[in-house]
Amino acid sequence: MNPPREQTELMEKIQQVDFALVELTLYLDTHPQDYRAIQQFNQLATESRQLKSQYEQQFGPLRQFGGSYSAYPWNWNDSPWPWQM
Amino acid sequence: MWTYEKKLQYPVKVSECNPRLARFLIEQYGGADGELSAALRYLNQRYSIPDKVIGLLTDIGTEEFAHLEMIAAMVYKLTKDATPDQLKEAGLGPHYANHDKALFYHDAAGNPWTATYIQAKGDPIADLYEDIAAEEKARATYQWIINMSDDPCLNDSLKFLREREIVHSQRFREAVEILKQERDKKQYF
Ligand SMILES: [Fe+2]
Repeated sequence: MNPPREQTELMEKIQQVDFALVELTLYLDTHPQDYRAIQQFNQLATESRQLKSQYEQQFGPLRQFGGSYSAYPWNWNDSPWPWQM
Repeated sequence: MWTYEKKLQYPVKVSECNPRLARFLIEQYGGADGELSAALRYLNQRYSIPDKVIGLLTDIGTEEFAHLEMIAAMVYKLTKDATPDQLKEAGLGPHYANHDKALFYHDAAGNPWTATYIQAKGDPIADLYEDIAAEEKARATYQWIINMSDDPCLNDSLKFLREREIVHSQRFREAVEILKQERDKKQYF
C-alpha cells in the first residue's frame, strides 16, 4: 500500500515548490508590482514543471485533461490516489 | 474551468486509526466555517466583486478545495481500519447507521451543510469582511481541534491549514485596502 520512498520524496519536493507558487500567487494578487516576487514565481513555475515531468515518467500522470501524457494502457486512473498514499 | 492534480497540497499522515479525531475534523469538512463553505463562498462572490480582487477570490477559493481534500484524506485515514464498534465508541454510531464510512457534508454535531452558512451581499466591502471573519473562525476551529488532538502527525497537517487561514485573512485585508483606494480615487477625480 505504501508507495516507494523515492515516490514520496519526489512528491514532497513537488509539494514544496507548488506551495511556494500558491503563496506567491496570493501575494502577487495584492502586490502586483513586486518585480522580484514575479521573477521568483516564474523561476519556480519552471522548476515545478520539470519536477512533475520527472515524477510522471516514473510514477504516472499528475495532471488531468492533457496536462500529462498517458502511457499505454491509459494510466490516469491508476492507484494510488492522493488520499491513499 | 478547473483541473485536478493527483496530489495533496500538503502531506497528510496519521499515527493511528482514531475515529474520535475524525469526528471532530468533520467540522472543517461540512461545518459552517469549514473548507466547503470557504470554497463556495469565495468562488460565488467572484461574479459581483470589482475586477481588482477577482483573481484573489479565484485563487483562495481554489486553494480551499485543496484543503477540503486534505480534510477528506485525514478522515479517510483515521477511520479506514475502524470497526463498527470503534466507530460507535467514538460517537460515530449515528454517522455509521446512515453512511457507513462514507464522508458526508455535515459538522461535528451531525448538522448537514447548508447554503445559509455563506453570504453574498453584492457589496464588496461587506463580502470581504465576511471573508476575513470566516478565515478567523476557521483558524480558531483548527486551533480547538489541535487542542484536542494527541496525534503529532495529524497536528502537523492541521497546523499547516491553520497557518493558511492566517495568510488568507491577511490577503483579504489587503484586498479591502485596495478597494478603498479605488473608491477614494473615483471620489476625487
Ligand atoms: Fe482559507
